[in-house]
Amino acid sequence: MTAAPSGVHLRQPASRSVHDTRVGLLAIPALIFFVAFAVLPLVGVLLLSFSQWDGIGPIVPAGLASWRSVLTDPALPQTIWVTFLLMVVSWAIQTPASLLIGAFLAGRHRYREWLAVLYFIPLLLSTAAIAITYKALLDPNFGLGVGLGIPLLSQDWLGRGGLALGVVIFIVSWQFVPFHSLIYQGAIQQIPQSLYEAAQLDGAGRCRKFFAITLPQVRYTIVTSSTLMVIGSLTFFDLVFVLTAGGPGDATRVLALDMYRRGFQANLMGPASVIAVILVLIGLGLALLLRRLGGGTPSHSQLDGA
Amino acid sequence: MRGGERPNWLGALIACLWLAVVMIPVYWIVITSLKSQSTYFATNPLLPSPESNFDQYKFVAESDFPRYFLNSVVVTVGTVVPTVLLAFMAAYAIVRGKGRFLRWANMLFLSGLAIPLQAVVIPVYLIIIRLRLYDTPLAIILPSIAFAIPLSVLILANFIRDVPKELFESMRMDGASEWATMWQLAFPLTRPALVTVSVYNGLTVWNGFLLPLILTQSPDQRTLPLALWTFQGQYSVNVPAVMASVVLSTFPVIVLYALGRRQLVSGLTAGFSK
Repeated sequence: MTAAPSGVHLRQPASRSVHDTRVGLLAIPALIFFVAFAVLPLVGVLLLSFSQWDGIGPIVPAGLASWRSVLTDPALPQTIWVTFLLMVVSWAIQTPASLLIGAFLAGRHRYREWLAVLYFIPLLLSTAAIAITYKALLDPNFGLGVGLGIPLLSQDWLGRGGLALGVVIFIVSWQFVPFHSLIYQGAIQQIPQSLYEAAQLDGAGRCRKFFAITLPQVRYTIVTSSTLMVIGSLTFFDLVFVLTAGGPGDATRVLALDMYRRGFQANLMGPASVIAVILVLIGLGLALLLRRLGGGTPSHSQLDGA
Repeated sequence: MRGGERPNWLGALIACLWLAVVMIPVYWIVITSLKSQSTYFATNPLLPSPESNFDQYKFVAESDFPRYFLNSVVVTVGTVVPTVLLAFMAAYAIVRGKGRFLRWANMLFLSGLAIPLQAVVIPVYLIIIRLRLYDTPLAIILPSIAFAIPLSVLILANFIRDVPKELFESMRMDGASEWATMWQLAFPLTRPALVTVSVYNGLTVWNGFLLPLILTQSPDQRTLPLALWTFQGQYSVNVPAVMASVVLSTFPVIVLYALGRRQLVSGLTAGFSK
């Protein structure tokens, strides 16, 4: 803000608009940062996808060459499939788990508050730390399986394709279910108690109440939480990078990892940018789709029981 | 007591199961970090060693770990403080001001929530190189601020909106400038949300992996998550030492969480549970 604090100067109602323009200046520093390191790069990644750059030398326009090389890469369908599988399965596991745990935590008992404190722990650890821990914990010779004396758990978890992807999905859920439970807990606590009391009088059981009241009442939260999960799953890089580095073979090679490998290991920033653009487009498409699914009809449910 | 008369067995069962799923790895990290390298291979992985001690912690503390720790502190504080101040000013402007410019700025921040950091790291890398900031703490700090701003503005603006209009009006009647009103009235009243935003951003930056990975190179610029990763490669046979470094690197976060838990949880649920 350039203007010095103008002490005792009393403003006329008429000067209100001048006043407001200067308030607008306060948003500028944040805008500058955001435009410089988020908006411009978004434009930049599109431009780079039509150029050739090795990360050090000059950037030269290359037309559609990068797009052609990425789209005709025989490994691409597998990468997209793995990304898609990770997204869908981890969503399908996390959503019901978070909803149930959130509903349970929403009850106002003191011990449930303590449970919530413990549930939050995975969110405090860095993804790198989590990946390193699980890598050691799943070791077939010195890990959990040996500790519990269950040979079934002493598999080469990260050495076999399907299993490795399963492990990634499990760890993702481990890491993020607490966060989503918390969101659901908050939403469920906002549901008017009168709805439940009315249902109680009608003789509805717990299950009935969950499906007839809780679920419809939190559908916007389901959309928010699902959007966060789905968009988030597109960008699981750290976990896969540290845990499996995409392996075994390319069983866990997700798009974000593919981008890193092409860009920062093979020094092909053009094709890497193509992958990045694909990521942005998939993310935007899914966000819009989810919004339409959730916001298609007005929230008549709020009026139902009230 | 939502629900009714009978105890919720299914919910309780799932909650207990999940508690075990969450706590077993955490428990394992702690007991393993107290073992020696040889007892790690000789004892049951899920039982604490009878000769538990803090030798591995000493070993880690005498390595380069303190340096990485310091780097993480610099990057985290260097990101969180400017982010909170800038986002607060922007949020204040968006709530208090009017006009097309601010509506447009608000829209831009909101749509920024949908930009995944991963997708734009290549141009960010290019910008950092051109600014000659590669391999410095600022290389991580500047983009981290930018990516922390949208959610911070959203949470802070929601909060400032709840400040009663009369308070602003009476400041105005007393002749206070907008600048003074912002710092003397809005800033102290927004404290809970400021705590939420600081803790959340602090967590994100402290645990960040991708930006340090691509924007720094030399070992003495490493932040903790990156150091853990290289540590694991170097000392892959010394699992207890790696786990001790996991505990040490998480320690400040646990302290931060203990201090700001209420605000963090209520702030996040208010932000997302709509």
